[in-house]
Amino acid sequence: MSEHDRNSPTSRRAFLTAAGLTGMAAISAAVAGSKPGFVENLLARRFVELTPEQVQRRLDEVRRECEERFGREVDVKSTKALEGVVFGYGLDLSRCVGCRRCVYACAKENNNSRHPQVHWIRVLQMEKEDGIDLVHSTAYYNPEKVPEEDYFYLPVACQQCRNPPCTRACPVKATWQEPDGIVVIDYDWCIGCRCCMSACPYGARHFNWSDPTIDAEAVNPDMHYLGNRPRMRGVVEKCTFCIQRTREGRYPACCEICPVGARKFGNLLDEESEIRYLMHEKRVFVLKEELATRPKFYYFYAT
Amino acid sequence: MERLRKIWEFLFGILRMSLRGGATYYMWLGFLGVLLLSGILAYADQLRLGLVVTNMRDQVSWAFYIGNFTFLVGVAAAAVLLVIPAYVYHWKPIKEIAIFGELLAISAIVMCLLFVTVDIGRPERFWHLIPGLGSLNVPSSLLGWDVLVLNGYLLLNAVIVGYMLYKAFHKEEVNQRFVVPLLLLSIPAAISIHTVTAFVYNGMAARPFWNASILAPRFIASAFCSGPAVMIILFLILRRVSRIHVRDEAIWKIAELMAYAMFINLFLAGAELFKEFYSRTEHLVHTRYLYTGLGDHTTLVPFAWASLICSIAAFLLFLVPSTRRNEVTLVLGCLLIYTGVYIEKGMALVIPGMTPDTLGEIYEYAPTVTELRVGAGIFAVGFLVFTLLCKAAIPMIHRTYASEEG
Repeated sequence: MSEHDRNSPTSRRAFLTAAGLTGMAAISAAVAGSKPGFVENLLARRFVELTPEQVQRRLDEVRRECEERFGREVDVKSTKALEGVVFGYGLDLSRCVGCRRCVYACAKENNNSRHPQVHWIRVLQMEKEDGIDLVHSTAYYNPEKVPEEDYFYLPVACQQCRNPPCTRACPVKATWQEPDGIVVIDYDWCIGCRCCMSACPYGARHFNWSDPTIDAEAVNPDMHYLGNRPRMRGVVEKCTFCIQRTREGRYPACCEICPVGARKFGNLLDEESEIRYLMHEKRVFVLKEELATRPKFYYFYAT
Repeated sequence: MERLRKIWEFLFGILRMSLRGGATYYMWLGFLGVLLLSGILAYADQLRLGLVVTNMRDQVSWAFYIGNFTFLVGVAAAAVLLVIPAYVYHWKPIKEIAIFGELLAISAIVMCLLFVTVDIGRPERFWHLIPGLGSLNVPSSLLGWDVLVLNGYLLLNAVIVGYMLYKAFHKEEVNQRFVVPLLLLSIPAAISIHTVTAFVYNGMAARPFWNASILAPRFIASAFCSGPAVMIILFLILRRVSRIHVRDEAIWKIAELMAYAMFINLFLAGAELFKEFYSRTEHLVHTRYLYTGLGDHTTLVPFAWASLICSIAAFLLFLVPSTRRNEVTLVLGCLLIYTGVYIEKGMALVIPGMTPDTLGEIYEYAPTVTELRVGAGIFAVGFLVFTLLCKAAIPMIHRTYASEEG
């Protein structure tokens, strides 16, 4: 066969046409065979741009998806920030015993993936001799009983910065600070580039490296769109101060579970609140203050 | 209609020329095709199971993919090192071959965009990045800026190359008033893609290893080494296998410029090492992880030293005129530089920035086979684009210069 025959325009054209048609067929088959709602999700808008009616429709969609997936009733809401409220958190390092009940209560409340395990709170064990020293701390301590004589514990979750580096880093405005100071993520808009994780100085952001899994009976049916509704693979998630609870006047789950009362929560704008009381009566500090992220998560030593 | 027909002829001609070749050529294309297929299969796995098939985790959340992306942004600068002497100083020997720099830039940017695409968790939402359609977060997000400058640079080079080849194909005179301003514009554009990519890292106060002002200058210095290293090897091959005439002076001049760039790169690296090791703050831990390891965690150490040794050796080879003029040492120097910068601007930049993580945990990262296969697949795409473009461009360029000389 001569070279001319091998590369004849007719066969090449036929090949290109066939390749093009196959490609188009594959795409249409993929679209037609996709899960219901796939195309709609693909073309979803950013949550903050939706009209009230569109928000309601979206909440209904998510509720239906959850009910189908878990076979039980759930409630998905989008409670807005309350006027005159900015939330703040206080953590008493002299009380914390490192039991990690907060870690598991948080995961349960917020519908975190159980396998792989996603935890929004990391409790660091530190040597009393060294004081606070992140580089030499460990989150993987496992003694029979806590607290251990030579150690103290420093739980870290999202510090809800007033000047958050994560929201600035996001290339698609999928994460922002709400009027009550909570930094939230639109899971339907996040592209999973993980810039925010690189930018966060507190390791507070977590990525869904695979499909998050959770048993139907373990699901917390009280869900907030910007908070604890089940997430999908490939997006980032983080602590939201239990937005589904705190915007309705309840304490965050970690605060409620703490057996030693080391965790305090309240409205920073209310001078009578517990958080303001302890800021006034005790001496508080924040982590990595030199980065000027200005956290609303304060640590203190009550005794 | 006439113009449309000419454009169609041109595109068809390009395709015809790029697909015609000897047995070696087809074997090369077949080899790239196999790598590409393996990459696609590996990526299909990743799409099915998620990024869990990589070894990235919350602690080291950027790694092999983003490291390669960063390195290739540097390679894309190669064009500039050819465009400056050719069009700013009107140095004829380089002017004749400057277009290959543009072709390399196009291929490198295509690879960059692919590496970013395979790294994101929800690739089907890429359109959120398109201004107007999505919600690109400029001016505050540096990655947002990077999307703009990278695509702008790709477009710019595609227009330049497309125009020049179109004119050459139809044996028409190139309108210098149209193309020279674009070529000059490509100089600041190339600097901008480096600077913005460096700033993506540089702007993160959470990561002291990256949060150094010297990062952007180092990016540019090392890019002026790695890109031209590819160019020189390509020119040596072209001289053998095609009728393109690349003069010795052009190659020697590029090698000389690379020696200066490497000197600046090594000097800046030294300045950084001095600051870290002399001040011995908590932040030293990342540099120590890279060069000495932390306890048993020593994955990167051999690579870090290999990179340093390669870079210094190549610098010496290119500094001495006799070794940069000898073809064997010239090729050796290019390979050493390529290896040195590939490590330095890839894994040795990204991984130590995240090890230990912001709360002090050490997670030792090494890529999975899936990551390597996807990476090799993307390199195959880059080489494929470059090969096909060169194949189509060579006869046209040759014809143009032959007619000029004749």
